[in-house]
Amino acid sequence: MVATLRPKSGPARSYRFPTFSDERLSSGLRLLTAPVSKLPVVTMLVLIDAGSANDPAGKEGVAALTAGLLLEGTAQLSGAEISEKFEKLGTSAESGADWDSAFVKLTALSDHLEDAASLLGQILQRPAFPEREVERLKAERLAEILQLETEPRGLADEKFSEFLYSPDSRYSKPDEGNSKTVSALTRTDVENFFRANYRTGSTTVILAGDITPESARALVEKAFQNWAPGTAESQRLVATARTSRKSLHIVDKRDAPQSELRVGHVGLPRKIPDFFPTLVMNAVLGGLFGSRINLNLREAHGYTYGASSFYDWRRGPGPFVVSTAVQSDVTAPALREILLEIDRIRVKQISDEELSLARDYLDGVFPIRYETTAAIASALATLVIYDLPPDYYDTYRSNIRGVSVAAVLEAAQAHLHPDLLQTVVVGDARAIKDSVGELGLGDIQVHHS
Amino acid sequence: MRIPVETFRLDNGLFVTLSEDHTAPIVAVNLWYHVGSANEKAGRTGFAHLFEHMLFQGSAHVASNEHFELIQRAGGTLNGSTWLERTNYFETVPSNELALALWLEADRMGDLLPAMTQEKLDTQRDVVKNERRWSVDNQPYGTMLEKLQELVFPRSHPFEHSLIGSMEDLSAASLDDIAQFFVTYYTPDNAVLSIAGDFDASEARALIGEYFGPIPRGKGKPPLPPMALPPVFGSPLREVVEDDVSLPRLFMAFRSPVFGSDQYYAASIASALLGMRKGSRLHRALVRERQIAADAGAFTLDLAKGSDLLVVDVTARPEIPVAQLEEEVEREIDSLHRDGVSEEEVRRAQALIETDLIASLQSAGERADRLSMFATYFGQPELINEQVDRYRAVTVKKVNELVKERFGEDNRASLIYVPREGVETENLLAAAVGAG
Repeated sequence: MVATLRPKSGPARSYRFPTFSDERLSSGLRLLTAPVSKLPVVTMLVLIDAGSANDPAGKEGVAALTAGLLLEGTAQLSGAEISEKFEKLGTSAESGADWDSAFVKLTALSDHLEDAASLLGQILQRPAFPEREVERLKAERLAEILQLETEPRGLADEKFSEFLYSPDSRYSKPDEGNSKTVSALTRTDVENFFRANYRTGSTTVILAGDITPESARALVEKAFQNWAPGTAESQRLVATARTSRKSLHIVDKRDAPQSELRVGHVGLPRKIPDFFPTLVMNAVLGGLFGSRINLNLREAHGYTYGASSFYDWRRGPGPFVVSTAVQSDVTAPALREILLEIDRIRVKQISDEELSLARDYLDGVFPIRYETTAAIASALATLVIYDLPPDYYDTYRSNIRGVSVAAVLEAAQAHLHPDLLQTVVVGDARAIKDSVGELGLGDIQVHHS
Repeated sequence: MRIPVETFRLDNGLFVTLSEDHTAPIVAVNLWYHVGSANEKAGRTGFAHLFEHMLFQGSAHVASNEHFELIQRAGGTLNGSTWLERTNYFETVPSNELALALWLEADRMGDLLPAMTQEKLDTQRDVVKNERRWSVDNQPYGTMLEKLQELVFPRSHPFEHSLIGSMEDLSAASLDDIAQFFVTYYTPDNAVLSIAGDFDASEARALIGEYFGPIPRGKGKPPLPPMALPPVFGSPLREVVEDDVSLPRLFMAFRSPVFGSDQYYAASIASALLGMRKGSRLHRALVRERQIAADAGAFTLDLAKGSDLLVVDVTARPEIPVAQLEEEVEREIDSLHRDGVSEEEVRRAQALIETDLIASLQSAGERADRLSMFATYFGQPELINEQVDRYRAVTVKKVNELVKERFGEDNRASLIYVPREGVETENLLAAAVGAG
């Protein structure tokens, strides 16, 4: 039979996050290069400080539309020609905007990188924003919004943000805009947004993979040689809570077999002094398979396929949320367990076993996160977006190991707010309203979509 | 570029593949059991997948959920997944934890049953039912795979029934079923073990021998019923599903050559030129130019037995009636079937696929999984190094032969989702199309 004795760990081999160069080119562009020569591939990621948080009021969605349109035409090339050119090189560029930045990225075999980079340069320097493509991408976004009405997970996320933030907060609306704002966007809005935000001084090019800093510099200087230097004005973000009282929103979905649950409140901006204790606290609460919330809801009760909690890290205070889907008839007991877990971690120190599970996992898994050039590029993007120190990844593991049970308790008490919880249930209102109403989750509103 | 591949077999039949790469202190352990939903008996749909859940509920020397905990404590990631033809279990761990990962896999392969209880089965049954609700029943188009299987495979063909299973069959599963399934399929001679990443081959061999060596060989598994199918359906198949969706969506499936065959690579190129990325035919014609589709793509299921499926997937724009969607997709397929493909299109597809193949080998977990796949299906893990060449060898002529044979009207199965509010109109439309 199988050996009954558990093997012990061998001696750990050291690991270092790839070293990278960080320089400012004469045009004002910032360039980060991480040489990793395992395979002949390179990821190129261009990051522009032009995320959805920069959308002017009433123009929500323009950042995402602008980023999408970068690939849809230049002065010389149509959108179809752009796709064709990239794809013949065995790559395809992807562009978009998240809350804090716009991006264009691709992964190519080393042999094709120079041509792909040159094309990417043209796209960013001379986008044409053809009217026809503006209208097409708007229509595709409107189709996506329509799809969301029958997609409980996405709908729950969106409604949660809407009920969490004050209406004048950018975070209260979807990052890609809602049907009202998107319908109203024009080509001029896109051009204005582009001109105001896409500047060399607000742009970072990241290259990770089979390339040296010297060749990266030559490549980027050539590809972006026609981009006039400039810096964008910085923006002020409004992200305030909609209410200081608990409330419960039921979004009715007749006969739904499950209830999608979101429970939480306005969370924290990414750059906070107690980031690491907060990260470990959330790992114990709901960030891991072996976390309290998942073991409780899934493994002890079988209410769900999975349950988790997370801080949605952004430059501004993104949401803190517990997220799960449970079978309809256990909606109320599942919510009760979630509330109990949020309370429990604020009252009593977690055990040493819980701390070591979270800490050892976050420490140990670190090298596994950076196996690919795309993952390394994205890690470097995190440094740029949140203005983290250059040795962030070199000190990450010792920072994780330095977190104590006392620090976790402090983080829980400081950053979890049971009295502010907003609850969204997308589910069958008739079936669940009475039992859920007894939980003391605040005033109930039922919404029919 | 080639990755190193070393293989051996233990006396009990366990097939092992090793692939060293010392660039980072990470190692992936990956086990494929050659059993999937295709092996389920009547009245037990979903059992292979439910069983996969039970493998995380402990074994003789591992407590319930401890497998997860030990790997996560070691700084590793892990999971398992079930498919029609196989079930896999995998962990990626810091390289100094290789022994732990191997020992955990060996403990559940050798000694699972002492840990199985009715209570654990009941809980996991509830978890899986919730997985079904979450990913199938309460998700737009979530029933696509099971509806498609039912539409395109003959009754009682092993690929015909649902992978996640019916609620009724899940309820019926018993501890007896667990025991029987375990001794029949979870045996070393029905499994492949792959290790990729930072390890020493001789140490790995010693550990494998120590942990897996004592596990007895199985008594053989019942053969699958004949799986072979004619190359085409024979006549068009069609099903309209009224569902809680916002936009009509058409899945058009074609019987296609099995994964790994010469013709498969031509089919895979055909699929890519039809629906991979924005430069593909369908995206270009339907999304960009005619603007009748919100999205368009194509993929193959990569089934290695019987017959594979190539699936075209097109979602309508809001104002487009489903009949128009269907017509325009048919027209694209007709023109492909009639006029064939160009050299340029084939090259585009080859270039994209090649980059994806190489980029995917960056991750130790992916390497190990592909090694297990080629070893399980073909007994040849080294095929991992031949994929780029296989794709490069596909010519326009080969794609055109494939297209001629497989894209005719006699080989199209259309699964069409329409919004429930539109029930009456859609019925009329369906009737009109059927009568036409």
